[in-house]
Amino acid sequence: MDTSTQNITTQPVPPPADAEQKRAARGATRPGDRIFLGLSRGSGIFLLVIMAAIAVFLTLRAANAISKDEGNFLTTFDWNPTANPPVFGIAVLAFGTVVSSIIAMAIAVPVSVGIALFITHYAPRKLGGPIAYVIDLLAAVPSIVYGLWGALFLVPHMDGLYGWLDDYLGWTGIFEWQGGAARSLFTVGILLAVMILPIITNVSREVFRQVPQMHEEAALALGATRWEVIRMAVLPFGRSGIISASMLGLGRALGETMAVAMVLSPSFDITASLLDPGGGTFAQNIASKFNEATEIGRDALIASGLVLFVITLLVNGAARLIIARRKEFSGANA
Amino acid sequence: MSNATLSGKRPSSLRGATLPKWFPWAVAAGSIALGLGISAAAGLDSSIQWALIAALLFVLGSYGIAARVEGPRQAKDRVATSLVWVAFILAVAPLASLIYETIKRGVKVLDGYFLSHSMGIIADSEPGGGIYHAILGTLEQVGLATLISVPIGVLTAIYLVEYGRGKLAKAVTFFVDVMTGIPSIVAGLFILSLWIITLGMGYSGFAGSMALTILMLPVVVRSTEEMLKLVPNELREASLALGVPKWRTILKVVLPTAIGGITTGVMLAVARIAGETAPVLLLVWVTPLINSNPFKDPQASLPVYIYLQYANSGGQGPGYDRAWAAALVLIAFIMILNLAARGIARWKAPKTGR
Amino acid sequence: MAKRIDVSGLNAYYGSFRAIEDISMTIEPRSVTAFIGPSGCGKSTFLRTLNRMHEVTSGGRVEGKVMLDDEDLYGAGVDPVAVRREVGMVFQRPNPFPTMSIFDNVAAGLKLNGNYKKSELSDIVEKSLKGANLWDEVKDRLNKPGSGLSGGQQQRLCIARAIAIEPNVLLMDEPCSALDPISTLAIEDLIGQLKERFTIVIVTHNMQQAARVSDRTAFFNLAAVGQPGKLIEIDETERIFSNPSVQATEDYISGRFG
Repeated sequence: MDTSTQNITTQPVPPPADAEQKRAARGATRPGDRIFLGLSRGSGIFLLVIMAAIAVFLTLRAANAISKDEGNFLTTFDWNPTANPPVFGIAVLAFGTVVSSIIAMAIAVPVSVGIALFITHYAPRKLGGPIAYVIDLLAAVPSIVYGLWGALFLVPHMDGLYGWLDDYLGWTGIFEWQGGAARSLFTVGILLAVMILPIITNVSREVFRQVPQMHEEAALALGATRWEVIRMAVLPFGRSGIISASMLGLGRALGETMAVAMVLSPSFDITASLLDPGGGTFAQNIASKFNEATEIGRDALIASGLVLFVITLLVNGAARLIIARRKEFSGANA
Repeated sequence: MSNATLSGKRPSSLRGATLPKWFPWAVAAGSIALGLGISAAAGLDSSIQWALIAALLFVLGSYGIAARVEGPRQAKDRVATSLVWVAFILAVAPLASLIYETIKRGVKVLDGYFLSHSMGIIADSEPGGGIYHAILGTLEQVGLATLISVPIGVLTAIYLVEYGRGKLAKAVTFFVDVMTGIPSIVAGLFILSLWIITLGMGYSGFAGSMALTILMLPVVVRSTEEMLKLVPNELREASLALGVPKWRTILKVVLPTAIGGITTGVMLAVARIAGETAPVLLLVWVTPLINSNPFKDPQASLPVYIYLQYANSGGQGPGYDRAWAAALVLIAFIMILNLAARGIARWKAPKTGR
Repeated sequence: MAKRIDVSGLNAYYGSFRAIEDISMTIEPRSVTAFIGPSGCGKSTFLRTLNRMHEVTSGGRVEGKVMLDDEDLYGAGVDPVAVRREVGMVFQRPNPFPTMSIFDNVAAGLKLNGNYKKSELSDIVEKSLKGANLWDEVKDRLNKPGSGLSGGQQQRLCIARAIAIEPNVLLMDEPCSALDPISTLAIEDLIGQLKERFTIVIVTHNMQQAARVSDRTAFFNLAAVGQPGKLIEIDETERIFSNPSVQATEDYISGRFG
């Protein structure tokens, strides 16, 4: 391997970590190498610094706001940081964020898995490629456009469905409709579902495509129908992939700002019915309240942003963990 | 016909009753007709309603008929098939509608004047005006963000692929993943608290660019990493064996080989941040006038322009038309970037050794 | 339950490429028929036409007749799913379902057909595992994942899975090529036992194996790369290996090509 006379960094196979570091140190003896290594390592470190700075600065501002909060930051049903004394709490925002995301997930996950299966197992080969391509493109449509479409097209077209839900499910209380504009958490959930469809579909599709042919053939050879093949070989293999795809989608739904801000008619209370306008989400509240916020108001919004940050971190972290596990699992099996 | 073949305990039955090929289509047509009929009879006017009724009828109908004729296993298979089709249509319908509506409503005021003029002193309720200032702002903000994040992102990826395997590299990999999941509004809040509140700087295009950089960096790192990993090790070895130092090997051999893929990744990242609204709204503020200096004073940008035109129009009038037209321009810009990026990827693909 | 297979005028295609041309042969019940021939001669493709697995690959298409006793597998209205239930298959690489336990792997085919009682199910699983000479090795860990077994055990698990649904025919596509010699021996012994109950067709690259396990041997060859594979001859295994009627067969068996 040591074909190079001046430089023994030619090993193509990654050696163990400590040898690696020594090697890097030795390899960096000439100035060019040293500078280049410094630059690239510096970039990596810079990235870590940004992450740390995000945590530090958000926490600082948030601490400042929460210390002045006369209400309970977690349970107060009010957002009035400019009052004297300031009173604000994230209860309504947490509720709205969670509810709209749950609705979005309940719709988007099964539909996305369906589309992913459609692309990989049902559509004629010639159709599957272009469809996947279009879904890819749709993942790139900016949320502001989804918001515009949601507010100007989806909201007016929801009335019929709302009337229905009210007629047949109104007795539950959850689907009671007073007849107002459909600018509710429910519509937000539907819009979020449309928005996260592409990403969940794309990730699930990749997972389904990786199902080894031999597992599917094993099921086929036992006399399984197409659906039985999917149930026996494809879905079990792809389950963790579907979960992590859903988590990535959930992360998006939780943090979505503009589309929610444009569709929801916010209020600082929790209504029993999902169909009534009102409620709010973390991100929406920040965007809607920001331009009228004073100094303490901005800090209060930053505090709520910190909560959102932590939630999305947890969700994304869980998704990555599942993906990493799955890699090990399939690696051991390959 | 199976009488003669009864050699075992089980009669041979390769030839189960099978429904004809046109069966799903017939059921689909029937369900749609019935759905429309029911809706008309019950006076339901929403297309969502009759479509839902039709979808339900389609699934139930295929199950019922197939269960009776072909048996439960085949019926389940058919239901799964029809559900998958329904899922596909359910998803495609809103997405198609989104594109259709944007184009239909967007072309109304979209012309050369619209693209080459700012709003100036035209009120949001009056007709006229354009998006020149917003396009300029978006291009500058996105351009600055790209200028910052591409070198840092590519260098980070080089570090991860070519140098790093220790703890630092692991940490960087992990936090790049974490960064991918940061909601855009949080990135905006961070720059707000750092740049505007703590350092006391004013609103500017550059402040927005910094937030966009945070969103763009992880995408650039990830895609560059993937591309660098595709470069065959033989190339690196060949160069190193000639006595070329490692840094020159990376610059002259590795990067050029992967450049197509890296460009694709960068363009996709640009497409992603070009539509970001929330951080720009927080940090750049807005102006109806042309401000070509991204380092001083508020600037306009396309996404925020769309938002404000919509918010101030109340869903009708000239502002509403302008919002759709600007949305069409934004989508077109992003789609063109996407298509170009994929074009480059395809064009360069054979050279990256696959 | 073992049935006779009667193939006539069979062609198989990948898209527009004809992989095998005009094959006719009879495969006797309760015996082992081996397919040998150089790589790319279409023997595996032909095997997969016998349970309609060929058409699963994209562009796969078949012309001709495959009679299972007196039913044409490619006749109008024949359900490929039903065909595969009658004609089981074991693949080159052991492919137990990775997410299922050993028990569930064997029961997988049965569960598709529904209504078995728990006790019936465990009876059949036990019988099938015994039939695959695997029972003694796994009876204490039926709930462990099948992927934890050794390669040879996994392959026998796949055989158990295939015979659990009592097919008429068992197709084996180079079942030992991924296994060590001892596991190979175990599978070969098993094949000898299984032929009492099933019609067995085995594709193999290993001529000693064909000589050891099969009653009849079919030799496939292709004129050149890119040409379709053809059946050269089929005869008693002993004849093929001692005194084949075609020169090419003798050349292949004596190791002159392939």
